[in-house]
Amino acid sequence: MQPANLLLLTLVLAVVAYGLGYARSRALAMPLGGIRHLKSLPFYYGARAALWCGIPALIVLALWAAFQGKVIQMLVIGSLPPEMIPADEGSASLLLSKISNVASGALPPGFVEAPIVEAAERLKALRGQSRMLMSALVISVAVLAGFLGWLRIRPRINAREQVESILKWLFFACAALAILTTLGIIFSVAFETFRFFEKISFVEFFFGTSWSPQTALRADQVAAEGAFGMIPLFTGTLLISAIAMLVAVPVGLLSAIYLSEYANKRVRSIVKPLLEMLAGIPTVVYGFFAALTVAPFISNLAASLGIEASSQSALAAGGVMGIMIIPFVSSLSDDVINAVPQSLRDGSLALGATQSETMKKVIFPAALPGIMGGILLAVSRAIGETMIVVMAAGLAANLTANPLETVTTVTVQIVTLLTGDQEFDSAKTLAAFALGAMLFLATLLLNVIALKIVRKYREQYD
Amino acid sequence: MTDQRSQAEIVRQSLKRRYRKERRFRAYGIAAIAVALAALVILFADIIGKGYTGFMKTTLTMEVQIDGEMMYLDDATDERQLKMADFVEPLVQALIREIPSATEADRDAVRDLINPYASVTLRDRLKENPEWLNTTRTMTFLAHTDVDVYAKHAGDEAYSIKLSEQQQAWVDQLQEDGVVETSFNDVFFQNGDSRDPSKAGILGAVVGSLLTMFVTLILSFPIGVAAAIYLEEFAPQNKLTDFIEVNINNLAAVPSIIFGLLGLAVFINLFGMPRSVPVVGGLVLTLMTLPTIIISSRAAIKSVPPSIREAAEGIGASKMQVVLHHVLPLAMPGMLTGSIIGMAQALGETAPLLLIGMVAFIVDVPDGFFDSATVLPVQVFLWAGSPELAFIERASAAIMVLLTFLISMNALAIWMRKRLERRW
Repeated sequence: MQPANLLLLTLVLAVVAYGLGYARSRALAMPLGGIRHLKSLPFYYGARAALWCGIPALIVLALWAAFQGKVIQMLVIGSLPPEMIPADEGSASLLLSKISNVASGALPPGFVEAPIVEAAERLKALRGQSRMLMSALVISVAVLAGFLGWLRIRPRINAREQVESILKWLFFACAALAILTTLGIIFSVAFETFRFFEKISFVEFFFGTSWSPQTALRADQVAAEGAFGMIPLFTGTLLISAIAMLVAVPVGLLSAIYLSEYANKRVRSIVKPLLEMLAGIPTVVYGFFAALTVAPFISNLAASLGIEASSQSALAAGGVMGIMIIPFVSSLSDDVINAVPQSLRDGSLALGATQSETMKKVIFPAALPGIMGGILLAVSRAIGETMIVVMAAGLAANLTANPLETVTTVTVQIVTLLTGDQEFDSAKTLAAFALGAMLFLATLLLNVIALKIVRKYREQYD
Repeated sequence: MTDQRSQAEIVRQSLKRRYRKERRFRAYGIAAIAVALAALVILFADIIGKGYTGFMKTTLTMEVQIDGEMMYLDDATDERQLKMADFVEPLVQALIREIPSATEADRDAVRDLINPYASVTLRDRLKENPEWLNTTRTMTFLAHTDVDVYAKHAGDEAYSIKLSEQQQAWVDQLQEDGVVETSFNDVFFQNGDSRDPSKAGILGAVVGSLLTMFVTLILSFPIGVAAAIYLEEFAPQNKLTDFIEVNINNLAAVPSIIFGLLGLAVFINLFGMPRSVPVVGGLVLTLMTLPTIIISSRAAIKSVPPSIREAAEGIGASKMQVVLHHVLPLAMPGMLTGSIIGMAQALGETAPLLLIGMVAFIVDVPDGFFDSATVLPVQVFLWAGSPELAFIERASAAIMVLLTFLISMNALAIWMRKRLERRW
């Protein structure tokens, strides 16, 4: 049975268990003189039976569905004749995809060696067996546990308390998923990053000034050694982010100031949602705009001024990214400016300062830490932004500070290295994870600092 | 006395300058807003200007003699014969008849006006209606992409017209005769991706997006709400709770591409799940949108006044009953609003899906959660990278469809916030 169908079936079984539990609790209560002699309402006895039935079955289903693919792969590989067992992971994944292509009929069996055809047959058989076993196990767990839960319904047990504590644990598990996600991110990038550093030295990665992740296709190739210095990527990312911030910070900050201090309610209620609309536009749309409209415009403009500009200039990607970040800066600064107590404003105005003087000399300094926090968050967003740079910035890792030249960024390289066909063990793919680790660390650091600043500042006036 | 007057004098003299500064400052603010709004307007105008022609298709309507002899076909119900028969020839002959100046010698030039898929259409129509064999029918076919580009963008320098001068003259003539027509592009909404721009559509991507969003919604909404309830109502004040909160706040700001790396390493490599399928896409987007949903759901729970909880507790409800029977229904509109906004974010997300392989060229409309699929923003990305301007046009059209979805989702969220949310 398909996992999705099995899931539905388990839910149906849980509903049945609910009905049976409900009925049994009422039946047990009858001789005692009605449901008021039950410790809890019949609903809770039913719910308890349903939870008993559903939860263990769903856990079994989730674990089985998660690990069956890997286990089957290992069994298939293990059953190959010894001379065909692949030495490293790269060739293993190649072999596996061959086997599964034969199994799915995409590759005619005549095209491959006999052991692979056998392996494909085994793969098919194992998949069928696994599905059967999973169905049998999940259904029997559901029925058995549900039956046990049903059997143990007694008028004296406090079903409500039990149901509530199970629910509470479920809620906790959902909240703890955040920790699990973070751990997942850390382990998935850390593991591959360590393997990357087994191949490439720290010094080369952190201080190397050239990036060309072309590893040799054949063992006897010497020319394409591949260079993994992240400095050009890092400076490229910084250049584009800096351009973005040059656009976003003044525009965002000034519009926030105008909206919070000058604009009347009507203007505010129209302009604010319009600004926020900029934040709701998908990044792929900005990328499209940057690559197909802004970049050609800039290179034509530069050409008409007699300057040479690349058709994938950092300026186009950075400028459009800046537009995307405007609402981010403006809404964060708006919050911070509004949080400055009115008494400061009133005091300054009462002394005869104009509104702009109040803003510049009183409110802005008071709001500065919060605004800085907001800007740091915006920087972290600019560094991690992917689609705009993938579409509008280039692939050439130039070490330059000229905004009219092509640069590449960390995120562009991650996407380029990991899309398309890939072998999992090469330095090329591992490099993507190493870059991901750097990106994660950098944004994490920025976020932690920014959140700390923002929180500390908020407390001052609370 | 004299001292004070001179001070007042100084102030008065400086007033003009100060007011000028005031006006300038105000003008900066207005300019900033103008820049931001201008960017928005230019963006929309650019997309619409580039893409509205994507909603139009160019067709050829002509009288086709379905001549069995010419097609080497004498029985239209015979599968084998249908496979071998020549469906191009009747179309070419029909079009030559429509063009007075064209002769048999121009057949190659005429054939290049007809879409390569037109013969497939003819075959399918004949298969459905075998009795049409050896009759003459008026039928409509897609024109070749080059004709499509010429019909829509004849004067536009950005587009390179690939038709020869002779072909251009023919198309002009055919347009006057009503053979070549542009009409609403239903093909765009009925097809999956294709190598031929005039045949390419967004249906596959839209269905892929819907499947992915479905997985995201059924996972992230219950989990997000449950996590928010725990953190707001049950969590004890301890290190673990703090740690969970720090994690959620940080995850909300982690770049989306990192979630793609997580999906690749955990779901695909560790669990051995297939690439490019909506389930994995949905799982990755779930992890990505969860923080947004948790944060907005917590705000919604927080806004329910304590008096509601106290009243319920006062008449003997347990903590869980208070939450499930009273707090949750009252907080639901706020939670739904937050979730719609989170789903809109997920719908527009591209980067993590690139890493889990949802960028493949997929012609078929996906028919399940474990079927290879792509999503609308990725489709935009794929078409935007094409050197053919006809694909760029379709990418803009797809962006318009995507933006329509997103704007209606956000409008729904705003409407719900206004109508359903209670102020206490």
